[in-house]
Amino acid sequence: MLNWPQRIDPAVNAAVMAAFRRLQQLSPRWVRDLIPAYASLTIVYDALYIYAELDKDVAGWVSLQVPALLSGTENITATPARQIDIPVCYDPAYGLDITALAGQKEMSVEELIALHTGRSYTVYMLGFLPGFPYMGTVAEQLVAPRLSKPRPLVPAGSVGIAGAQTGIYPLASPGGWNIIGQTPLRMFDAAREPASFCQPGDEVTFVPISAREFDQLKKQS
Amino acid sequence: MSIRVLQPGLMDTIQDLGRYGYQHLGINPGGAMDRIAVRAANALVGNPAGEGVLEMHFPTSSFLFESGAIIALSGGDFTAMIDGRVLPLNKPVLVAAQALLYFKGPVSGARCYMAVRGGFDLEPWMGSYSTHLKAGAGGFHGRALQKNDMLPLKQKANYAKLLDRKDFKVLPRMIYTQNMYVTTELRITAGSEFTLLSEQEQLFNHSFDCTRHCDRMGYRLEGVALKHYKEGELLSSGVTRGAIQLMPDGQMIILTADHQTTGGYPRIGHVIAADLPSLAQHRPAQPLRFTLVSVNDAIAAHHEQTQRLHLLENACKLQLEKWRQAYDLY
Repeated sequence: MLNWPQRIDPAVNAAVMAAFRRLQQLSPRWVRDLIPAYASLTIVYDALYIYAELDKDVAGWVSLQVPALLSGTENITATPARQIDIPVCYDPAYGLDITALAGQKEMSVEELIALHTGRSYTVYMLGFLPGFPYMGTVAEQLVAPRLSKPRPLVPAGSVGIAGAQTGIYPLASPGGWNIIGQTPLRMFDAAREPASFCQPGDEVTFVPISAREFDQLKKQS
Repeated sequence: MSIRVLQPGLMDTIQDLGRYGYQHLGINPGGAMDRIAVRAANALVGNPAGEGVLEMHFPTSSFLFESGAIIALSGGDFTAMIDGRVLPLNKPVLVAAQALLYFKGPVSGARCYMAVRGGFDLEPWMGSYSTHLKAGAGGFHGRALQKNDMLPLKQKANYAKLLDRKDFKVLPRMIYTQNMYVTTELRITAGSEFTLLSEQEQLFNHSFDCTRHCDRMGYRLEGVALKHYKEGELLSSGVTRGAIQLMPDGQMIILTADHQTTGGYPRIGHVIAADLPSLAQHRPAQPLRFTLVSVNDAIAAHHEQTQRLHLLENACKLQLEKWRQAYDLY
């Protein structure tokens, strides 16, 4: 695992993404999987292949190879991101916690929506569930701890806030994030290529839609 | 050409050696918990190592063979039976059409694997037959087997002549996999947060019990609370199978096949790849112990185990070829 300074920071994550993309592009035969996260890149390597074909000192070999392959990406602090808009219906019928959260924060639901849609977010990593994007960071006024009691079932498409992060449940699942809305888009579809709507490093903007628009879009997707 | 599920088991799924290359999308590799058993069972029936097999827990499904087949069981011994007679593990078995296979009770291990010659006729998802339960994809309709499921087989087989009206016939080829498993002491490498342990010897001087929360996602252990330095909350990062996570209360969770791809708990160690099958077959009553090895020793052990599996696969291939010629088997 490669580590960067351990903080949630767009510049740090951009460096992670630069390294991730470099390795993804080169796709050396000994790399089986790459897991970029906030400030780290986990490289799952095929130790048996390296051991049998390249070098018996696998750990030493990898520790020399990786920096060589990544040279030139160290100082990248911004990477070209895919810009995507995600429609979200913030109606309390979908945003199960939006009224309570607005109350806690002593603001109106409209103000909360304006704050959440008022900036774009970086997909720092995907994890927890297939296609679950961890995005950040939300406006300081929206930072909220996880629910003290997780919901047994959060509907697919639910948009939530946990700490300074915002995310989308791609599949129905138990979960403890504060749910403020729902997207009609299928964030994960096993039959689709690519299955995951979001990719690491994407820049996401939420676009508020009405319940009617939600229904229409839901039918289309 | 199919096998019908008469009574569904606790959780029987199709698995193979895993789905790699998608962890950046939050899709874990999954796959069989015990890779030794998958490769052994596949080898015995002449399948490629990565063919999809059935991974079964106890209580196990019972199956009606709608058509004849050659099968092999490996891994945990659940006392497989046809018509009141016990089927051996680690031997190829000809099964007659209309035979009923059921499992009486576990004798050893925690997971039993069944390979069918030719494999199950299923569509791979993202390059793998493994069932991904959360995504509802891969394997048999992305889920565990249910009553009346018909598992389609790729290969037609009729062994009526060889079976001579018997329900099954064991072919005289035995392989030994037992010495590839370790019994109580699992080898681990140090994790990135190993130094968070303030008394590292605690991890090696004590044994730990498996709780009832030991499944395809993770093994929650119970034992002495490991003393550790407090550290601020870690940022979530990629995690892999075998990672030993330290919980705030000093207890451990070992990540297994269906683990999440990212996590935020300190990783004090990793169970080495060669010993993950042993963990998969570990029974809750036995205590677990750990011993520390270097990363390169871990890889050498995995390599050695893989070489033995290769030898075993080659031996099976030769044997099957002999039978094919002698009995006009396939």
